[in-house]
Amino acid sequence: MSTKLIESIVEMREDEALNMVNDLIEQGTPMIDIMQECKKAMEEVGNKFEEGEYFVPQLLMAAEIMNQITEMTKEECIDDTNEEDVGTVIMGTVEGDIHDIGKGIVNFNLDVNGFNVIDLGEDVSPKQYIDAINEYKPDIVGMSCLLTVAFDSMEKTIKEIKKAGLRDKVKIMIGGAPINEEVYEYTGADGWAKDAVKAVKLAKKFIGV
Amino acid sequence: MTLTEDWDQLSTEEKYEKRFENFMNPDIDFVSKEVEEKYKKRVKRLKDVVELKKPDKIPIVPNMGFYPAQYAGITAEEAMYDFDKLEMAWKKINNDFNFDCLITSALIGSGPLFETLDFQLYRWPGNGAKPDTPYQCVEKEYMKPEEYDILINDPTGYFMRYYLPRTFGAFEPWKKLSPFTDLVELPFVGGNLVPMGLPDVQESFKKLIKAGDKAMEWIQAVGAIDGQSTAVHGLPANIGGFTKAPFDTLGDTLRGTKNIMLDLYRRPEKIKEAMDSLLPLAIEMGLNSATANNNPFVFIPLHKGADSFMSREQFAEFYWPHLKKLIIGLAKEGCVPSLFVEGAYNNRLDFLEDPELPEDKVYWFFDKTDMVKVKEHLSNKAAFGGNVPASMLKTSTPDKVKEYVRDLIEKVAGDGGYMLTTGAVIDDAEAENMRAMIEAGNKYGKY
Repeated sequence: MSTKLIESIVEMREDEALNMVNDLIEQGTPMIDIMQECKKAMEEVGNKFEEGEYFVPQLLMAAEIMNQITEMTKEECIDDTNEEDVGTVIMGTVEGDIHDIGKGIVNFNLDVNGFNVIDLGEDVSPKQYIDAINEYKPDIVGMSCLLTVAFDSMEKTIKEIKKAGLRDKVKIMIGGAPINEEVYEYTGADGWAKDAVKAVKLAKKFIGV
Repeated sequence: MTLTEDWDQLSTEEKYEKRFENFMNPDIDFVSKEVEEKYKKRVKRLKDVVELKKPDKIPIVPNMGFYPAQYAGITAEEAMYDFDKLEMAWKKINNDFNFDCLITSALIGSGPLFETLDFQLYRWPGNGAKPDTPYQCVEKEYMKPEEYDILINDPTGYFMRYYLPRTFGAFEPWKKLSPFTDLVELPFVGGNLVPMGLPDVQESFKKLIKAGDKAMEWIQAVGAIDGQSTAVHGLPANIGGFTKAPFDTLGDTLRGTKNIMLDLYRRPEKIKEAMDSLLPLAIEMGLNSATANNNPFVFIPLHKGADSFMSREQFAEFYWPHLKKLIIGLAKEGCVPSLFVEGAYNNRLDFLEDPELPEDKVYWFFDKTDMVKVKEHLSNKAAFGGNVPASMLKTSTPDKVKEYVRDLIEKVAGDGGYMLTTGAVIDDAEAENMRAMIEAGNKYGKY
């Protein structure tokens, strides 16, 4: 049954996967076992994305299925089955930019990989980042953008974090369509990632797992 | 809209030549014979590229956003709200840089017009976005999944009573209007017109009258700015008309990115039916705008079919068929589809070689696609351009830009049919890098 659930999620068969989870819950399957299978499915989706077999629609569809399964299992959950987080990540789209789809996919992937993600939203000012770092004490700060005008925002935000004496307390990663090696050097970040799956790898590298 | 009385009797080739003849001989008083010759030379250059020939030199035609505002020392907000400042900046960019095409002021838009309309689909500098940032689209599910059939059966009616009321505050009361297709006999007229008597509907029409006035002010302003730049410097516009691939119309601002991608799994047949309905409208839009502007180039920005946004199989099933019909429909009437591949098409360039597409009538330009691969696929089949990255013009150095352009030209321009252009639109750049691009383009771009 469990490999069938993994298969139906990986093959994007939404109704089949949700019906299977429903049956498993009715049969009294522990939630943690269901979530474990789902995690394996998401890993496989991530692998296929890296191998160039799956693309953003598949990531989004898998996330949709996962979110619905999470809702179903939450309703049945009595114990807090939260494992210890791998790390805490603050995410945001930088000041001046309101694009958020890529960031949403990264947030989701970090979340299923055990990170605690705090999303500050869009058009996030340097001050908002600094306040969030002070409040949540994250391991990693993620900055997203789509516009080239955001490069200066990223550079300015990183400089402000340094001025506030917080630069060495966090690892900063950047991402977004126009980001490349040159832009990463321009901004002063610690790393950059081309897509959601690479973002998770980078985040894990920063944590040391 | 037709250009001649015998338009329907003309062959495709004759229509193409007629459109270029009009483009070559615009109703403009050039400041001198010399400038007029420069203009004609530049149009010929663009035509040679489209026809897969080697022009006298590679045309340099950047993809320009709000950079002219930055260059002239005004904000993006000022460009959208102050016609005098818009004029100063857009005249300056055309005066100071030696591009082969006009940098048009017509794509910036009028802040006051959008405010009168209470435009909800975008935020712009002066209204929700910072003064120095370009306008940005607000992604939302403006079209609900249960509304596919309404769109499919009556796209105009759908826009009139569902989509426009959600995206423009001024159109909001239009959701109360009765379908115009009910106005078929005398007894139905009274009932049909009743909504027009409602106070909020009448308010809406008052706002639209104001908006019409603002639109008139805007077209007169940008027409004068662009006209002057063309008359003084002999610069042809490289965009005449505008349209979109049906999948992008559906996915960008109706269903939204996330929802159209989920629709690929949840309601694939509805997507196809919706695109069937949208296709003839997309062709009409491209033809009408190209005809109105006396310029055969029809700009088509391509969004949701990029490498990472769908698999090859999904591209073949959902994105390509209607885009292909759009290209063929435009070319048949003598237009030149000018398609901007946003993102990358590295793993789907073979589609662009489709033998049913007209050769030497289509121009593709690229942002992140590998240009060597582009040349391998498109050489002698279609004209192509690209791809000095927008990020390079901002963060790199003049020497690196010159070397990049030299190398690019060497690798891809040898057979002709090529234009030097940038990738994503330029909003933010260093002037010295722009000049370096032009310098290298001219130095290495002679045939």
